[in-house]
Amino acid sequence: MTAVATEAQSARPQRATPIRRRRKFDPRALGRGLGIVLIVLWCLAPFYWMVVASLRQVDFTFDSTPYPKHVTFDNFRAIFKGNNHFGRALINSIVIGSVVTVLAMIVGVFAAYAIARLHFRGKFAVLGLILAASMFPGVALVTPLFQFFSNLGWLGTYQALIIPDLSFALPLCVYVLSSFFTQMPWELEQAAKVDGASPGQAFRMVILPIAAPGLFTAAILVFLSVWNEYLLASQLSNNDPNVSPVTVAIAGFTGSDPKVVPFTSIMAAGVVVTIPLVIVVLLFQRRIVSGLTAGGVKG
Amino acid sequence: MTAATGQVAEQAERAGSPRQRRRRRARASRGDARLALWLILPTVALLAAVIGYPVIYAVVQSLKLDKADAGLDATGFFQSGGKYVGSKYYSYWFNCGSKCPNGTTGHEFWPAVSTTVIFTVITVIFEVVLGTVMALVMHRAFRGRSLVRAAILVPWAIPTAVTALMWKYMFQPHGVINAVLGTHIIWTGSEWPARWAVIIADVWKTTPFIALLVLAGLQVIPDELYESAKVDGASAWQRFFSLTLPLVKPALLVAALFRILDVLRIYDLPAILTGGANNTTTLSILAVDELRSSPNSAAALSTITFVFIFVVAFILVRIFSVNVVQTQARTVKA
Repeated sequence: MTAVATEAQSARPQRATPIRRRRKFDPRALGRGLGIVLIVLWCLAPFYWMVVASLRQVDFTFDSTPYPKHVTFDNFRAIFKGNNHFGRALINSIVIGSVVTVLAMIVGVFAAYAIARLHFRGKFAVLGLILAASMFPGVALVTPLFQFFSNLGWLGTYQALIIPDLSFALPLCVYVLSSFFTQMPWELEQAAKVDGASPGQAFRMVILPIAAPGLFTAAILVFLSVWNEYLLASQLSNNDPNVSPVTVAIAGFTGSDPKVVPFTSIMAAGVVVTIPLVIVVLLFQRRIVSGLTAGGVKG
Repeated sequence: MTAATGQVAEQAERAGSPRQRRRRRARASRGDARLALWLILPTVALLAAVIGYPVIYAVVQSLKLDKADAGLDATGFFQSGGKYVGSKYYSYWFNCGSKCPNGTTGHEFWPAVSTTVIFTVITVIFEVVLGTVMALVMHRAFRGRSLVRAAILVPWAIPTAVTALMWKYMFQPHGVINAVLGTHIIWTGSEWPARWAVIIADVWKTTPFIALLVLAGLQVIPDELYESAKVDGASAWQRFFSLTLPLVKPALLVAALFRILDVLRIYDLPAILTGGANNTTTLSILAVDELRSSPNSAAALSTITFVFIFVVAFILVRIFSVNVVQTQARTVKA
């Protein structure tokens, strides 16, 4: 980590160097390249290690060969068998994530439109409220909701896992959407009307296609945040494998010997949970980065 | 919005915005306000239902006697569950300290407060410094920038629960971290190694996010400023401290504030990585531990946590004089 720091310091003098001058060999460019390599290593090495571990035979769990050795796919087979209910958990996560995302989008899109496009008093108050909601500590919700849902007999049901997630999904959705909406060229709507389009046509053929990427990005960010949620789900699912999402299932993984933590299987499950996210994130990285930094509310 | 993104497009939008805003304001009417009310109402109502209602419920519950504690009180009177007992549970947390026997949750309250604060201070310092460094490296790098951005999103995308397990595996006594460092530390076995394990995992996961926010702040600084500073003979360090830093400060402060509020409520990482053992129990973990044995006292603790975070947020906003809403609103409105 100290190495990263020194690299960046040597990279700082580069600030004002115009791009074109970079053609020549430049020792500072080398330092900068090293900085880049260190950052990439720092970010990817633990993830790489998880992938490598997921491919190891159980007996070689703590082998420290830096590349896959004693390769097996048994871990991936094992997680879908036994009493870990991993397959079920994947389905639960998809169901919970999709329902929360759809609900948050349906409700949030209107608020975001109003914040982005309309002028009204108390806009700052609304923004502040939504921002405060997104920073709200989950633990302050989990205690009352646990009591509340247990009185209703809802612990371990889908609704007990879906409704609370709106507390962070909806603010995130409104923020990301409203930042996208403000950047949209709404003049086109007017232009389409001038060209003879009806309001419906203007919306369907002009506004919707431009808004689609923003809606899509917001949906991805919301889905990710729900997929990654742990605190609320771990308590409100009441450890019922029929509704527990993947985060809860993985944290509760047990092997054939309950005293030994089945790390290779856990890493395999981690890879299964993470790879789709990583692929989606990499495919849409530009959009996600702009959505994150514009509406940058939560990591 | 096809290039849903390039910074260039964003800047162009920003440039055109004051005029648009004026035009919009001129159009603003009472009709706007009424429409806005109806559009925002569902969101506000839903948030009131999923946040406001539970919080009020928690406060009310925390003032009542828990069913588990029903029975004869010290003076021999029967106290039934649900009776208002005022600050009983609050004083259980605040005043317990050394009075409570070792092993009770009340005994762990002040240690949990200090653990939470320690985590917050250390992780946020590391994240802000490293995040800024990363952003500076990325900002100057033209080759490999998309590779870095892709790499940086990986820790962000991995669920915290998986992150915790991944680091737990690496921090095992025979794990890769001891192998690489050539040490034999039992990371999750004693106080500070366990804390560092949590801190390192959190820094790994969140620094990239800070770097992205700072990078966005850096990218709106016009290059001409640096050119003229250079012409005026400012050294690289001077340029950094009197130009870059003040200009990214708003973005940095908002990022730091969000991180502080986020770490104060930390649960997933320590709960899974160390199980809260060896003084890594945070306020959130303690409240969840209490949940099943005495829900009302857990409600008191979660209310304490919430108020604590709220007060910290309030003080920081005052000290930093960051107007979070306005900064956010600017990005929203720009």
